[in-house]
Amino acid sequence: MQASIRFRLNGQPVALQTDDGRMLLGALRSELALTGTKYGCGEGACGACTVQVDGHAVHACTTSLKQVQGKEVLTIEGLARDGKLHPLQQAFIELGALQCGYCTPGMLLRAEALLRENPQPSRAAILARMEHHLCRCGAQQRIVQAIQSAARQMGATA
Amino acid sequence: MNARTGISRRRLFQLVGGGVVILVGMSPRPLRAQGAQRLYPEDFNAYLVIGENGRVTVFSGKIEMGQGVLTSQAQMVAEELGVALASIDMVLGDTDVCPWDMGTFGSLTTRMFGPALRAASAQARLVLLSLAAKKLGVPVADLVVREGVVFVAGAVDRQVSYGELSRGVRISQVVDEKAVLRAAAQFQVMGRSPARLDAWEKVTGAAKYAADIRLPEMLYARVLRAPMHGATLTQIDTAQAEQLSGVVLVRQPDLLAVLHADPEVAELALGRIQAQWLKPQATLDPDSIFEHLMNQSGPLRESAHQGDVAAARAQASKLFETSYHKGYVAHAAIETHAALAEVRDGRATVWASTQTPFPTRDRVAQRLGLEPKSVRVVTPFLGGGFGGKSADGQAIEAARLAQITGRPVQVAWSRAEEFFHDTFDPAAVVNIVSGLDQQGRVSLWDYAVYGAGERGASCFYDIPNTRIRSAGRPAYDPAASVSAHPFAVGAWRAPGANMNVFAVESQIDIMAAAARVDPLAFRLRHLSDTRMVRVLQAAADAFGWKPMAAPSGRGVGMACSIDAGTYVATLAEVQVDLKLGTIKVLRLICAQDMGVVVNPDGARMQMEGGLTMGLGYALSEELQFRGGEILQRNFDSYAIPRFSWVPAIATVLVKNDELAPQGGGEPSITTTGAVLANAVFDACGARLMRLPMTPERVRQALA
Repeated sequence: MQASIRFRLNGQPVALQTDDGRMLLGALRSELALTGTKYGCGEGACGACTVQVDGHAVHACTTSLKQVQGKEVLTIEGLARDGKLHPLQQAFIELGALQCGYCTPGMLLRAEALLRENPQPSRAAILARMEHHLCRCGAQQRIVQAIQSAARQMGATA
Repeated sequence: MNARTGISRRRLFQLVGGGVVILVGMSPRPLRAQGAQRLYPEDFNAYLVIGENGRVTVFSGKIEMGQGVLTSQAQMVAEELGVALASIDMVLGDTDVCPWDMGTFGSLTTRMFGPALRAASAQARLVLLSLAAKKLGVPVADLVVREGVVFVAGAVDRQVSYGELSRGVRISQVVDEKAVLRAAAQFQVMGRSPARLDAWEKVTGAAKYAADIRLPEMLYARVLRAPMHGATLTQIDTAQAEQLSGVVLVRQPDLLAVLHADPEVAELALGRIQAQWLKPQATLDPDSIFEHLMNQSGPLRESAHQGDVAAARAQASKLFETSYHKGYVAHAAIETHAALAEVRDGRATVWASTQTPFPTRDRVAQRLGLEPKSVRVVTPFLGGGFGGKSADGQAIEAARLAQITGRPVQVAWSRAEEFFHDTFDPAAVVNIVSGLDQQGRVSLWDYAVYGAGERGASCFYDIPNTRIRSAGRPAYDPAASVSAHPFAVGAWRAPGANMNVFAVESQIDIMAAAARVDPLAFRLRHLSDTRMVRVLQAAADAFGWKPMAAPSGRGVGMACSIDAGTYVATLAEVQVDLKLGTIKVLRLICAQDMGVVVNPDGARMQMEGGLTMGLGYALSEELQFRGGEILQRNFDSYAIPRFSWVPAIATVLVKNDELAPQGGGEPSITTTGAVLANAVFDACGARLMRLPMTPERVRQALA
């Protein structure tokens, strides 16, 4: 259904006149011109398109625009603030927790949501939360280490 | 200057505006291993340019798909040239400005291209030193270089920077093969692990992949696909699709696509096309494929022979006849194939996720009826390749559609298209007859492989009577797909070696167990290759191996392999659920001798990545199909490794600075299948001879 969709995207208000049944992923990558959110499977099975809606990690490929009406959407482009990387981004760089980098934006947004909910997650809690994110390069071990490292870092500076 | 292969000096100076340009006209001999069909051009191609601003631009035909060569190549240049890593700009995989390259695969970048790049950088240093000597009025021998600044030794105030030296000059030099490379002991940039140069872009979402490139007026295409390979279109109705405003329909005998400025409308239009297909009778499936392959692969050809196999067979005190099987495996990179093409004024530009920008350029040119020099392929970051992006169907489709419509066109495959059009790692069969003599030594090794090719099939154990035979073409040979397989096959990370090492190292373990000898002792008893002995021992030490014959109930095992010039040994510890048949991998320890290590952390990432990716072909990945119909089209049915599968992985780099850098992207993955099969046998006495080792197959082996 054609509708006026308004939400905040990385802190800025946006308004779209469009079919509200469309998925967020398409809108982000087309008219909103934010290509950091990636297509991987189109059905919520790989995690590459993960963004946050009101602080919760969701798959942009299965989240409709109707569902983000009036909400706060965070994509990878909004994770660093004022040119300063988030501790998770810093940890991913320092620990080499990426190779091709294609799954990285989704991984970071899922991990950020996890650390806000559970600032010192156990290894098991990290695995459980990241389980549905696929990384074909095989960086999983370093991704877990990077999340643990960022959690320590954030705990120390909190 | 041959315009087909590179750019002229004049054009180069137009591009860079002067400075010191180092060109490579190297003897093709060391580069021949890249491929027999095509050598590096013997005319000149730029490798690096030292600009007047002191920045160094490196042009390389290699591409970055996660394996880290953006960083490692920059390290090699920084080391040999004597500049800071931060002063280097890398230009990769752009066919208009980079030297010709066959493609990025086979763990060849560091091994084969690296020496040329290092020589060019060392040559540049010599040129700059001689300019500095003139300027400072001292002999070259009195000069030292630090981070792009040349000093007179002992008089640091007498200095001149590379940028100043490049100012106003237009020097182009050909690499002198005598340029001396720095020894490992002198390394300041190589041998260290700076953060990846692509890391910042990749954690901020700034990194561009092919599907992220936008052009004004571009159209997004969706291509009509057959329901199965081999199906033919009998009837089509596009009327409803064409009713959608703004839809462009392209209908060619072999390409039917709907295009629109909005990708979602293009998708909608595709769904409105009504097509009837004639499907061929499906006869092959994942179980019947093996007999078919053996029948269709043609005669076995012998590739190695030593001693008297027939006599050894007659004299053996114990014979072991085993057949090993493995199904088709998908590449399943998280980025699907994507390309954007623009054709304007008789020139085509294609931004493509491809591992082979130059061959892609040539194929696009041929398809469009253009000269290769009129086609430019630009390669952004790849979201994984693993061999799958040596196939470039999406780039051809985008280029054709752009030529027909006169608008820029993006083709980005859906996940279902990615599974359907993948060039799979082929199903394969290995038959081995081996034998022990009365002293318990291996006296016979008669090896035959169907469908996988011979990579990883050679026997590095000391066995007096051996024969290695192979049937069928290796997967990366385009003829392979036509011959025996129901759909396309192609190179998949260490093509063929995963299957061959699985077979070889399982067979060795079978004999060790039959001889009631500890598998490490058994291997060492048959190894005189000191590199392999050192690597295996290093892995065993790191693991804390305690000798015991298998099955010991501990769930431990080992496997070793030689791949891409690198020696690798992996040890594993697993737990098998006897009731469910599930395998839990607890830890993997991998040791590797890869010669000089350019970037130790980068090398470890590749080792870990290979082992982790290998969990898939070892435990779960096997394409389900019915004839040419691909039954798995997404990750819900095709299971690749997940976080919870990944064990504790430790890596050991066995120092060998006497040897030039060897391959790093593929060796470790070749051991995963075998090491897990051997550990499973040690855990429960069940010998798995077919990959993947699914719970059902484990239960069958236990029964």
